Amino acid sequence: MSKLHIKDLEVNFHTREGIVRAVDGINLSINPGEIVGLVGESGSGKSVTCNSILQLLPAPPARIESGTIEWSGKDLLLQGGSEMQGIRGKEISMIFQDPMSCLNPYIPILDQVAEPLIIHRLCHPLKAMEDAREMLEKVGVLRIAECPRAYPHEFSGGMRQRAMIAMALITKPSLLLADEPTTALDVTVQAKVLSILKDLCGSLGTSVLFVSHDLGLVAELADRVVVMYRGKVVEQNDTRTLFTHPAHPYVKALIACRPTLDISQDRLPTVEDFIDSKEEAPLNPTTISAPNPLSGQEALLEARDLIVEFKTDEGTVRAVDQVSLSIRRGTTHGLVGESGSGKTTLGRSLLNLIERNSGEIWLHGKRLPASGQNNDLGFRKSMQIIFQDPYASLNPRLTIEETLLEPMAVHRLGGSKTERVDRVVALLKEVGLGAEHLARYPHEFSGGQRQRICVARALTTEPDFIVCDECVSAMDVSVQAQVLNLLKSLQANRGLTYLFISHDLGVVKFMSDEISVMQAGRIVENGSANHIYNEPQTAYTRQLIDSIPAANRTSGFKG
Amino acid sequence: MKPEKSSSLGKDAWLRLRANRMAMVSLFILVAVGLLSLLGPMLSSHAYDEQNLDRIFENPNSTYLFGTDNLGRDLFARTTYGGRISLSVGLLATFVSLIIGVTYGMISGYAGGRVDAWMMRMVDVLYALPFIIFVILLMVMFGRNFLLLFLAIGAVEWLTMARITRAQTLNLKKAEFVEAARALGFSHTRILFRHLLPNLIGPIIIYATLTVPAVMLLEAVLSFLGLGVQAPMSSWGSLIKEGAEKMDAAPWLLLFPGSFFCLTLFSLNFLGDGLRDALDPKSSKD
Amino acid sequence: MSRLIFLRLLQAIPTLWVIATLTFFMTRFAPGGPFDSEKVIPEEIKIKLEAHFGLDRPLFEQYILYIQNLLRGDLGPSFKYPEWEVSELIATAFPVSLTLGVLSFIIALLIGIPGGMIAALRRNTWMDYLPMGLSMAGICLPTFVLGPLLIFVFSTQLALFPPLGWYGASDWVLPSLTLGLFYAAYIARLTRAGMLETLQQDYIRTARAKGASSWRILTKHAARGGLLPVVTFLGPAFAGLISGSFVIESIFFIPGLGKFFVTAAFNRDYTMVLGTVLFYATLIICLNLVVDLIQALLDPKARQAK
Repeated sequence: MSKLHIKDLEVNFHTREGIVRAVDGINLSINPGEIVGLVGESGSGKSVTCNSILQLLPAPPARIESGTIEWSGKDLLLQGGSEMQGIRGKEISMIFQDPMSCLNPYIPILDQVAEPLIIHRLCHPLKAMEDAREMLEKVGVLRIAECPRAYPHEFSGGMRQRAMIAMALITKPSLLLADEPTTALDVTVQAKVLSILKDLCGSLGTSVLFVSHDLGLVAELADRVVVMYRGKVVEQNDTRTLFTHPAHPYVKALIACRPTLDISQDRLPTVEDFIDSKEEAPLNPTTISAPNPLSGQEALLEARDLIVEFKTDEGTVRAVDQVSLSIRRGTTHGLVGESGSGKTTLGRSLLNLIERNSGEIWLHGKRLPASGQNNDLGFRKSMQIIFQDPYASLNPRLTIEETLLEPMAVHRLGGSKTERVDRVVALLKEVGLGAEHLARYPHEFSGGQRQRICVARALTTEPDFIVCDECVSAMDVSVQAQVLNLLKSLQANRGLTYLFISHDLGVVKFMSDEISVMQAGRIVENGSANHIYNEPQTAYTRQLIDSIPAANRTSGFKG
Repeated sequence: MKPEKSSSLGKDAWLRLRANRMAMVSLFILVAVGLLSLLGPMLSSHAYDEQNLDRIFENPNSTYLFGTDNLGRDLFARTTYGGRISLSVGLLATFVSLIIGVTYGMISGYAGGRVDAWMMRMVDVLYALPFIIFVILLMVMFGRNFLLLFLAIGAVEWLTMARITRAQTLNLKKAEFVEAARALGFSHTRILFRHLLPNLIGPIIIYATLTVPAVMLLEAVLSFLGLGVQAPMSSWGSLIKEGAEKMDAAPWLLLFPGSFFCLTLFSLNFLGDGLRDALDPKSSKD
Repeated sequence: MSRLIFLRLLQAIPTLWVIATLTFFMTRFAPGGPFDSEKVIPEEIKIKLEAHFGLDRPLFEQYILYIQNLLRGDLGPSFKYPEWEVSELIATAFPVSLTLGVLSFIIALLIGIPGGMIAALRRNTWMDYLPMGLSMAGICLPTFVLGPLLIFVFSTQLALFPPLGWYGASDWVLPSLTLGLFYAAYIARLTRAGMLETLQQDYIRTARAKGASSWRILTKHAARGGLLPVVTFLGPAFAGLISGSFVIESIFFIPGLGKFFVTAAFNRDYTMVLGTVLFYATLIICLNLVVDLIQALLDPKARQAK
């Protein structure tokens, strides 16, 4: 068993636009048997650090400028190709984020799990297959007994990730590098996969470097936590100390701006509150504490007995199964569920973007026509949607000005062109951008800024009802806090009604007044936000809450 | 770093193309060949079909830049005139196939479902025959006619263009900005022409640039087989055929038209590759 | 898998039927076609035609007769040489073209695939530029330029191989090389592109993280995905080999089906032309079925038939 010691590591990326300093002189150690969490947001350099250990960085753009990585008496950065091949998969193994793209689709899973044993000639090929089968059953992939020749695409995401773990640990390595292994998984699946990881590594004595953007998740697992920001290590400490007595302002911010389940503020603290960050234009929406004058008891949107079915290769799937919903004006209704629950389908069918098989929808008391009539401008004006992926949500060929003017032109709002431009500028200011952004194209903005433009676009028709479909799920927690604050302040100022869809329970609870929990197309529980979390009625809701890492459930740390 | 001045995707692409030396060389060659084809027949002191039986099979000299053929015709004039024919067939046929193919593919991809399935099935049926066979069949049935020639070629190349456009449309249809447009109540026409088409232009340009040489090749093969343009008109294809037959007597009869033809194809292909690299959508993401 | 075969066959039949019907109507109604009443046809041919096509009967019955004949493999007498049946002519000429096609195809694969793989592995080095440059030249040098050039160099000047005819094995070399090199160029480019794209995939990084050697990654992990574009190209490649045969057989004076077809086109031998077209269509459809099967074998996801 060896200790890993990274010393003064510097990695630069040589791109067409210039040199990017991804890792700027960091020091990090992992002791035998230890689990170290490496936490940071996008651009922090955590993944680059992890990949440099095994020399897996894409060599032309990336270059390791200086530093050493000590392992077993050698400097890993100086090892040649064949030496590294001997270490990879045998002494140090790695698992990655997306199990679908990281497994070879043309080779059966069993063969892939057995492969490390065969590559490193640790046993006879037939025995390797046997060991692989045992290992897979150990991690819970029980189907392998009946279908030994199954391919990756025949398994679910959680099963594939378990297979990756089996594949990485089958050679009993001393160190496991885990690069965001649960980020792509549902929260209940994530909890199970993490416990398997922890148990297996514990029994084998394998040390782990666990890279993640989720501080709370890492706290559940790690003995020590290292936090990175813009290529540097800003703080490292044992988990309990880091959480209870964070020293660096960025770490304090990261801990504070997560929406935990017991949060009671109206506004999330943001990174700007803690340090002076010059990245994005500072956004200071006023805190909302006054009750919304426009919220009332009458329902703005009502849906009854909605059914949406899809035809797939396996038959007809009911994505939305007899769902009824009522959302009061000026409030936020949260919709929580895992993948496949039907929440996205429900959101889109409420807007008539997806055809429903049966059921009725009323907006302002007026019944929505059956879908297929795209041009019912009256309804379209009042209901809008903000999507998850800010990169794909904007037409790359139009300037911001063109994108924002177009809806006004189509709905004939705002009189002359100058008036419309004024309105657009006002909207941009409202979302925290400015007039100087009008002539730019989407690719010139960051993800958070693009999402704000999408919010502005949704507001151009002065809607009453907006569906937020996982609109902060693709963001770093600090950017997420800003956008959530923005959405809340807009609701207070304009009297908007939201349907807020997400898989993240903390975010949903922060945003919502009422919450519905969805599972397999049905709503299994309904209630006010506090009620759902303090007194969950169904087993599924309880399971959802229990799967959240403890540090994300409550803001106080219980180690 | 965010630049002070905004840069549209088109400008970015042009800058990237400019940096690609092979593509720029190809562009230069194409412009040169184009100009020669346009002006060549007029610059030469002899008409392309002017026979001079006293001076057959002459080597390249000061009067006859490229030499003469078996009927004493000026090869320079014939080669550049052939350029006019070959290039115009290439461009016109590509244009025809573009219009038909892009419209068909865009509608099929956007409509989706059963409409798409039937439209594509028709394409698949037509794909079953190699194009040359189909064109030869048409030539046999309907006689030889310059207009018919390039209409036939264009009508056959649209299939690939349709398939590519449809595939790209299907991809784009899934993008959220198209759904956002629907949510905002935009009409189908507006979505097709303002949102889908501009984002399709990249791949369309690339494949158009690569279709031109394919079309020229098709025309050349037909001419080679004797089914293309008729004498005394000449395209590069028919010139190559004559040159191949008389190669023992006068190798330049094959070499000059052959080099022009191959050089043009070469440049078009390199330009197409360069465009593909320049318009690579991956580099526009953060 | 067998379900896939069955479905594909089902799809093939309507396609063939459409082509057969189209050709039927084309012959009847095309201006200047063989049944144009203004045409002057020698008496003996006229008799044979009427017997074969039943020209005195109503159109619908003609059509049924036509389909029946097709199913029996009877394509009618040659228009130009009525003593010969079209099917006989095809039967003599096709084996020649088949040999040429198979040889060219083997050459194309043997040169193209390794060439493309080396270029992909040694990207942006001379081992990439050289094969890719050559392949670009190959694509832009049409067979009817390359062929005469090869004849000039190897036959006329070096007297190594005979320039024409199809008598012995040495006749096979130049024609197959000409056709084969052209397709080798396409295959090399496709292999390179396919390999490069596959090598970028995440699962290749996983294989490296397991300690696999470059050779193992290439053969076990990247080859399948990388070669798929080549398999997809096989369909159009077969079609191309067929049409390429027209030119090659003309240049090298090979008595194959391509040459017969072109000659028939010149001679306005309508029955021969149409019979050959139908033959080719059937051939291509069968070949496409084989390609689909190969694809299903290589790609587990493609095995689920729609």
